Amino acid sequence: MNTADQIALNPPDTANRANAPVISVEDLHKSFGPQKVLNGLSLNVNRGETLAILGRSGTGKSVSLRIIIGLEKPDSGSVRIHGQEITGLSLDELGEIRKKMGFLFQHAALYDSLTVEQNVAFPLLHHKQEMSGNERSERARQLLTEVGLDGQYDKMPSDISGGMQKRAGLARALALEPDILLLDEPTAGLDPISSGEINELVLKLQQEHHMASIVVTHDLHSAKTISNRLALLDKGNVVIEGSFEELQGSDIEFVKEFLKYS
Amino acid sequence: MASTLTAPTNFIGDFFEWFGDLGIFFWRVARAAVTPPFEFGELFVQLDEIGSKSLPLVALAGAATGVVLSMEARYSLTRFGAKSLLPAAIVFSVIHETGPIITGLVVSGRVGAGIGAQLASMKVTEQIDAIEASAVNPYRLLAATRIVACILMLPLLTIAGDACGLLMGWVAQALVEPLSLHQFINSGFKGADFNDLLPPTFKTAVFGLIIGLIACFQGMRTEGGAAGVGRAATSSVVLSSLFVILADVVLVKFILIFFP
Repeated sequence: MNTADQIALNPPDTANRANAPVISVEDLHKSFGPQKVLNGLSLNVNRGETLAILGRSGTGKSVSLRIIIGLEKPDSGSVRIHGQEITGLSLDELGEIRKKMGFLFQHAALYDSLTVEQNVAFPLLHHKQEMSGNERSERARQLLTEVGLDGQYDKMPSDISGGMQKRAGLARALALEPDILLLDEPTAGLDPISSGEINELVLKLQQEHHMASIVVTHDLHSAKTISNRLALLDKGNVVIEGSFEELQGSDIEFVKEFLKYS
Repeated sequence: MASTLTAPTNFIGDFFEWFGDLGIFFWRVARAAVTPPFEFGELFVQLDEIGSKSLPLVALAGAATGVVLSMEARYSLTRFGAKSLLPAAIVFSVIHETGPIITGLVVSGRVGAGIGAQLASMKVTEQIDAIEASAVNPYRLLAATRIVACILMLPLLTIAGDACGLLMGWVAQALVEPLSLHQFINSGFKGADFNDLLPPTFKTAVFGLIIGLIACFQGMRTEGGAAGVGRAATSSVVLSSLFVILADVVLVKFILIFFP
């Protein structure tokens, strides 16, 4: 019996899973050597909802995202995806969960030996064996067109701009039609126009696909544009969570200072 | 005083930590290699990359070794009045030791550096994380395919290196003193049996395991940007060459005991 079958046959508490948040993080702790990065982080994200995680550099925003997709193991705490605890899963068991998750890396992390189209087709090649080569190619091109990269199919990642790489990374993240989308600094390093285009693209994709999303960003404008809720992190924990208006009305000194300089 | 005491302790600690991590890495790769889905497409790419593309270098190194052996052995054997043993000396030297070890060292240089640098570059640019995030096991896709390709290709490359060494050994001898290839082969392989041919050739599968494993391990644990990539490439070559030589010592003893 393979891992997928085992997970399908042994769903932990199916009734609770249906009502559970799509992403549920509880009391997460993580240190790198003496440096404590996460200090009891808790957050939930429901279907169709987008949470933006804001905060200064080094407050554990990206680490929390990497823990949610299983690229880092927490020291303690719980991460549940669709109600299923993932922190103790093996690589192959995690793989089954990750098929429903899309991840956009800060620097896109496109495979530099593959063309843009092959990058997007990569997850399909490995997980959609029932698709023919032509079908995979067609699907990859369709996704690239959706993110505004039609005609760039045969280019190598090094031959396109940073903004285009982010778009291609987004197309790859969407290849397996995930119901969770995790975006690590989607607008970092981009000019204002490219940032705006990426924001609009993410917003459009979320409206079309109704995914549960978490966006890690420094860019307050981007966070306001694409998220329903914002969570401001400091010293590895959430200082405040709510709408942008709620953040603006906060009396917490750190929140005021963060908004002042953003 | 304290620093002089802690330095060797740190070194010993790091040494055992490195071996422990290597053992864990090997276990993960071995488990990934024997469980589906199998990455046959990537394996064929690596067989070509490691095997076909190393062939010219191995053939050249083997040929040069054959020429040098022929010249050196002629000089030595003539001094001791055993010139008639020259073909056998070349054949046994090439097949027993120089062919396998030269192939191992040449491949550890070319392939070890290539795998180490490629995987290290993928690691520091988060491409390995991206593979994992796409629900693909990187130990299966990247490490198992390269290690299996090294294990399969080393014996074949050794045979090619041996053949070139023997051919050029004959050419070097024939240029000094007329001798047909047929006579050279007959004289050289006289008295040779299974134990002379197969165990020394197939011990290079262990060299392949060492080269692939160490290069993948050093590449996939890289940290620290471009400098880290450089360190990974260098350490892949140095460590895999060193362990190939050490393994050769053990394997020669093993072969002499079990295949006398």
